[in-house]
Amino acid sequence: MGSLMEIASVVFLVIGSFLCVSGGVGILRFPDFYTRMHAVGVTETLATAMILIGLMLQNPDGLVLLKLIIILLMTLFISPTASHALASAAVHNNLIPELDNKAESEKESSSNP
Amino acid sequence: MILGLYNYWIVVVLMMVGFYIVIAHGNLIKKIVGLTIFQTSVFIFYISMAKVDGGTAPILAEGITQYSNPLPHVLILTAIVVGIATTALGLALAVRIKEAYGSIEEEEIQTKDNLDC
Amino acid sequence: MAVAFAIVRMKDLFAVIMLSGIYGLLSASFFVAMDAVDVAFTEASVGAGISTLLMLVAITMTGRTENPSRHKPLLALAVVFVTGSLLIYGTLDMPYFGLATDPVHQHVAPRYINDSMQEVGVPNIVTSVLASYRGFDTFGEVVVIFTAGMGVLALLSVVRKPKDMAEIDLINKSMHEEHLILRIVAKIMIPFILLFALYVQFHGDFGPGGGFQAGVIFAAAIILYSMLFGMSTARKVINQSYIQLFAAIGVLLYGSVGVISLLNGKNFLDYNALSADPVAGQHLGILLVELGVGFTVTSVMVIIFFNFAGRRNDQQNKENNDL
Repeated sequence: MGSLMEIASVVFLVIGSFLCVSGGVGILRFPDFYTRMHAVGVTETLATAMILIGLMLQNPDGLVLLKLIIILLMTLFISPTASHALASAAVHNNLIPELDNKAESEKESSSNP
Repeated sequence: MILGLYNYWIVVVLMMVGFYIVIAHGNLIKKIVGLTIFQTSVFIFYISMAKVDGGTAPILAEGITQYSNPLPHVLILTAIVVGIATTALGLALAVRIKEAYGSIEEEEIQTKDNLDC
Repeated sequence: MAVAFAIVRMKDLFAVIMLSGIYGLLSASFFVAMDAVDVAFTEASVGAGISTLLMLVAITMTGRTENPSRHKPLLALAVVFVTGSLLIYGTLDMPYFGLATDPVHQHVAPRYINDSMQEVGVPNIVTSVLASYRGFDTFGEVVVIFTAGMGVLALLSVVRKPKDMAEIDLINKSMHEEHLILRIVAKIMIPFILLFALYVQFHGDFGPGGGFQAGVIFAAAIILYSMLFGMSTARKVINQSYIQLFAAIGVLLYGSVGVISLLNGKNFLDYNALSADPVAGQHLGILLVELGVGFTVTSVMVIIFFNFAGRRNDQQNKENNDL
């Protein structure tokens, strides 16, 4: 039982770190502000949740577990709100997202008889 | 010997970066940011001196024999809060200078001063 | 270090400030690796939180980009190189990193570590040194924070006439549409943030925490409220003169603890004189002193933010009236 929990916690921690790294790669490789926000916002929240669950499995009893649960709840509230705040601030300041021009021109050429 | 002293060299590099920002850039806000970098590098200097190999945080608990030195922690705690107080005052001064002179670039402020005199 | 070099090269001040916030957060995690948990807590909340916020408010008033420099700063580079090499030459004599036999660990620190439990009786050695052994320094620090708040008041305060409720309701309605999600989440979160600040304040004896961190977190919650609900509403909730009174009360509390010790026959700020049992006196003294510190830090941070934002509102109103 003890070693099963340890293996599970290691698995969670590894998944969490991989998600963090992939979010970082997403920032570098995506072309536009909004797509980058999407990459970071989604992977960041899930990565933090995974890492916290991994840490919880390493300390299965006591005050530390309670504190970790509270931190997890707060992160689930705060992190998507922060992404929303950034994206709505960008819209407010008229940052135009790059749309896919090739798809639009194909639609135009196919709709013209 | 080099491996034993690397923490001081990192601190010196950061301190010099902060120093360079303060003396070489004209914008007042950037100077204040450079001053913050300088202050934080001094904090890193003190805290890295306080660490003892194999020690833990200086909170008394059962079964721990070796603690890291708490005295520099106390000094730096004071220093951080005083640092932000002076930063806030510096930013307030920068805002007032902008209102009085119309710009916060050091050269433009000096030209205006010389013209007025 | 890479962050520091990036700050040197960038011209956009908004990015510079964000990078300085990242720098503060990185140094806070470095402090955790060096076992300095109290300091890491303070640096994370103050350096990466409040400092970034205040700089951002300042550049809304002063302008966002920096003029490019017209001449190459060779003299500055030369001065920096000479100073840097002299400092590196000076560090060649320093003791190695982390050894237990360094001179910094020899003289006063073992006494603090060994005797703190008998003399003061709190597990967190940093709190006992900060509030009891070195209480004078902390008193001076509280007065410095108070003075900085007074300085910002003197520089940036604007006389304004209070708005009536109808105008405030109008502003509230228009802001509600824009910031709906943020407002709802903030309404849920702010009580927890305030509760956490109180927890940090009173738990500072047993874990990392204490007056400074608690004061900053409390002020951050109030600033969050005033950012999302409008400055006029926030001013009605938290009256500016009461906040100024609070700041003075914090310093007064600290000073009066010392004076009571004097009146009981011992030295200034000697907590043994506060109660029959010296250790209980120490506990009482540390509690009161940290409370005073928390009051002053909260009030001064809130005063600084309100004055910056009030100045900016004033500037915007003047521009709107001129147009």
